[in-house]
Amino acid sequence: MKLAGWWLLILPALLLVLVFYVAPIVQVLAISVSEPEPGFANYERLLTSEGVQRVIITTLRICLITTALALLLGYAMAYAITLASPRARSWWMLAVLVPLWISVLVRAFAWVTLLRRQGLVNNTLMQAGAITEPLALVWNEFGILVGMVHYMVPFAVLPMLAAMREIDPRLLAAARGLGATRGQVFRQVFLPLSMPGVIAAGVLVFIFSLGFYITPAILGGGKTLMVAEWISLQILDLIRWGLGTMMATMLVLTILVTLLVFSRIVDLRRMFGTGGT
Amino acid sequence: MASTIGPGMSAFHGTHGAGPAGRGLAWVTALYLVLPILIVLPVALTDQRYLSLPQEGLSLQHFRTVLTSPEWLGSIWQSFLIAIAATVVSVVAGTLCAIGCWRISRRSTDLVRLLMLLPLIIPSIVYAIGLYRYFGPLGLLDRFLGVVIAHGVTGIPYVVITVSTALAAFDPRLEQAARGMGASLSQTLRWVILPRIMPGIVSGAIFAFIHSWDELVLVLFIASRDVFTLPRRIWDGINENLDPAMAAVAVLLILFTLALLVADRALRRRSEGG
Repeated sequence: MKLAGWWLLILPALLLVLVFYVAPIVQVLAISVSEPEPGFANYERLLTSEGVQRVIITTLRICLITTALALLLGYAMAYAITLASPRARSWWMLAVLVPLWISVLVRAFAWVTLLRRQGLVNNTLMQAGAITEPLALVWNEFGILVGMVHYMVPFAVLPMLAAMREIDPRLLAAARGLGATRGQVFRQVFLPLSMPGVIAAGVLVFIFSLGFYITPAILGGGKTLMVAEWISLQILDLIRWGLGTMMATMLVLTILVTLLVFSRIVDLRRMFGTGGT
Repeated sequence: MASTIGPGMSAFHGTHGAGPAGRGLAWVTALYLVLPILIVLPVALTDQRYLSLPQEGLSLQHFRTVLTSPEWLGSIWQSFLIAIAATVVSVVAGTLCAIGCWRISRRSTDLVRLLMLLPLIIPSIVYAIGLYRYFGPLGLLDRFLGVVIAHGVTGIPYVVITVSTALAAFDPRLEQAARGMGASLSQTLRWVILPRIMPGIVSGAIFAFIHSWDELVLVLFIASRDVFTLPRRIWDGINENLDPAMAAVAVLLILFTLALLVADRALRRRSEGG
């Protein structure tokens, strides 16, 4: 009874989200089974259309490589931050957090400036005589990977850092005291204890990568299509709502299933709590 | 962020050093994260008329081009207004929701909070095509109000997260005491709860603002001519003509984001210190 007033506080956000967020997304799911005609014809294309399959395979390949690289680089950074002195630590954190909040467009633009044919990297290498022909560094899968990993590393660092912070340093000292080498302490004590963070980071990076639009669209140059750009192409250029919404539905399902499978290991709310603040 | 790392952490320091390989990789990663962003500064200051490093001297001509162009200024102003309006929507809805969930704290409110996080989980391309279709009949396509609603709703999670974090440190007995002494719900909110969670609200507002200010995917679908935000203009610039004016815009954006982040850090430090 006394709680009724507090429920009123929730109401504005709840209504906004239901009417202007959930409803449009439910409509997407509905269109995928009703246009051009009712039924699962759009989903049949998953099995029959080579174009659809190619996009899915390209997306999964790029996302898995991105996740692996972001985890590797992110782990090295999180490890360095964990071991750093408090003063050095705030500089390391700056290197993680500043890119996180710089506009994704600005970052993609910076990569184009560096990597294109007459870009700074190619020009420098040509002038140094290291190469005679400009290298194809962008507007292909390589460019997409460079930009995506750059975007994802901060998201990989934060959950791993949170997990590493919870490791009791006395365990490491004890292992050293018992005669373990540095390498053994890392491999047999630190690495296993940091695994929950690695898995959380992997899930986070993977699901963020799956639906990524801007960076692949700019750095892929329209030649390497990932699902988000493919969906946009279906809707805006080809006006094939059925196919576009089918792929969008598959994207959401893949993300939700991935989260469900890992929800035992990954505390969702904490993960986003770390990522958002 | 750095300030949230507990004092126990420093115990790592000295007892266990990283090997040269790990340390080297960490350095390479830090440079990889930061250097490409810094490169836009010399490019923006180039004296040439194409994207390049300065050849003979530094020049501010490209900043002048941007800051005197009615198109760029118009987009900056429009983005600013949209971001302010969207932030108000996100902050009001998000703050009230976080307080309600915190006070009721049942299984049902856990569900509400999970619902509020959806915009962080579901890719914006999916929401964008949904809105494109949904806004048509409502007459909200290419309208200021439409973009404000879209950005406002997707900004709610940032506010819910920061305010919930602030509330976790708030002693619920204060609220019970205020109510016990006869304060109404709105008085309790106004005089007891809101002042104590203000830093969380401001943090959430900053993140919601940056979210709207930088948002591109939704705008690509639900706006076309009348609403032409800054990210939209940058997007067109990258796809059509790569000129140094783009680098100047990038530098201005970076400075703006950094200023907001510094403000956020300063606020947090003050609230933690005081």
